[in-house]
Amino acid sequence: MATTREIKRRIRSVKNIAQVTKAMEAVSASKMRRAQEQVQATRPYATKARDVLAFLARIRPAYASAQPLLQQREVRSVGMLLITADRGLAGGLNHNMIMHAAKQIKAWQDEGKSVELVTVGKKGRDWMRKYGPPIRAEFVGIGDRPASRHLHAKFRTRATTEVGPIARILMDDFTAERYDAVYVAYTRFINTVKQQPVVEQLLPIIPDETAPPDMAIDYIFEPDPETVLSQILQSLLEIEILQALFEAIASEHSARMVAMRNATEAAEDLISDLTLTYNKARQHSITMALLDISGAVTALEK
Amino acid sequence: MAKTHFSLIAQDRIVYEDDVDMVILPGASGVFAAMARHAPLMATLQPGEILVRKEGEADRYFAVGGGFAEVRPDEVIVLARSAEAAEEIDIQRAEEAMRRAQEYLRSPEKDRDIERRLAMEAALRRSLARMKVARKRAAVRARGVEQAPLPPQSEEQE
Repeated sequence: MATTREIKRRIRSVKNIAQVTKAMEAVSASKMRRAQEQVQATRPYATKARDVLAFLARIRPAYASAQPLLQQREVRSVGMLLITADRGLAGGLNHNMIMHAAKQIKAWQDEGKSVELVTVGKKGRDWMRKYGPPIRAEFVGIGDRPASRHLHAKFRTRATTEVGPIARILMDDFTAERYDAVYVAYTRFINTVKQQPVVEQLLPIIPDETAPPDMAIDYIFEPDPETVLSQILQSLLEIEILQALFEAIASEHSARMVAMRNATEAAEDLISDLTLTYNKARQHSITMALLDISGAVTALEK
Repeated sequence: MAKTHFSLIAQDRIVYEDDVDMVILPGASGVFAAMARHAPLMATLQPGEILVRKEGEADRYFAVGGGFAEVRPDEVIVLARSAEAAEEIDIQRAEEAMRRAQEYLRSPEKDRDIERRLAMEAALRRSLARMKVARKRAAVRARGVEQAPLPPQSEEQE
């Protein structure tokens, strides 16, 4: 049996760990609250934007030819925007995302498509550097409040970064036919204990086939098709990418908070186990000492 | 009268969503009205006011800070940079914003930074739109008129 001193030392170190994880839990909890508010506030807008884009994408032949972002080509090369966190200690969050993305990349490569990555976050970048396809661009340290110039000024007051450059690279590479399709991989925030890695197609915009086919496909454009389409496509796409970032950020903080709470609970369990062992060991040594004494007394009396 | 489903969505919330009879929108190239069975239309909006009419209810006014509108035969969707109902508008804040923008545009600084100047001009238009909507609302209330008469020939036009 371990000596009481050793057990005591272990208890102390586990207590320190519990303190650290508890502090991290508290920090994540407050970041999580803000990130969750952020993701939920912009969701209706982003969802509707997607809806409008999908509906709009049906106007293929008429005006689509002038719109590079609506071009449907045979897919030979794929660009993927992979969004992960900069930091770990968030349970399986980053691992799940990376594995999900890697599986998809493998599937594309098996179909003979070439794949390139644009990464956001250190975790995904580091893994993909070792095992993944080439990285076209990387973004780290985007912070908790990314924003877009297409957002209203009041949401940009404490913005940490702009989503513009990320969107620019993807749109330009798609337009220049470096990629025939662009996907975004991110962890969708469902609730505090559930986050789901997903891969979604960004470009070309998938037309909404569920809309009634008899509905006129020809739009009237105000002021004119080129202005309206290019403005709408660009800004709504940027909003979509921004929403993916919001989802990923909310997921990160939620996952970390839960992971830290579990760690704190595990540490507390361990402390109570160790305390029990410590008390047993202490009791054992006292009993031994008493036995020694009473043995010695008996011997003397004889 | 056939209804059209109108949703006014600002970037951080759904401002208004209901089945209505008519919506009047500030299109980039002119004000237009949308009713049920309108031809599909996609428009950019300039800062201005949106009027929503529903049978049996008072007209609703909204200030919008630019954005997009998609009109489908049975649906009107507005994705607005910012939007608020007339009764939510803070006139004082709008006035302050207007004065700030005007001051900037009068100062010699305005020629130094084109982007900032454009932003200020946009801000000025937005605050003017807000004040217009808020004032109109107040005027309609004062007269006790629930549905304002429409300007001639404003329906179903560009």
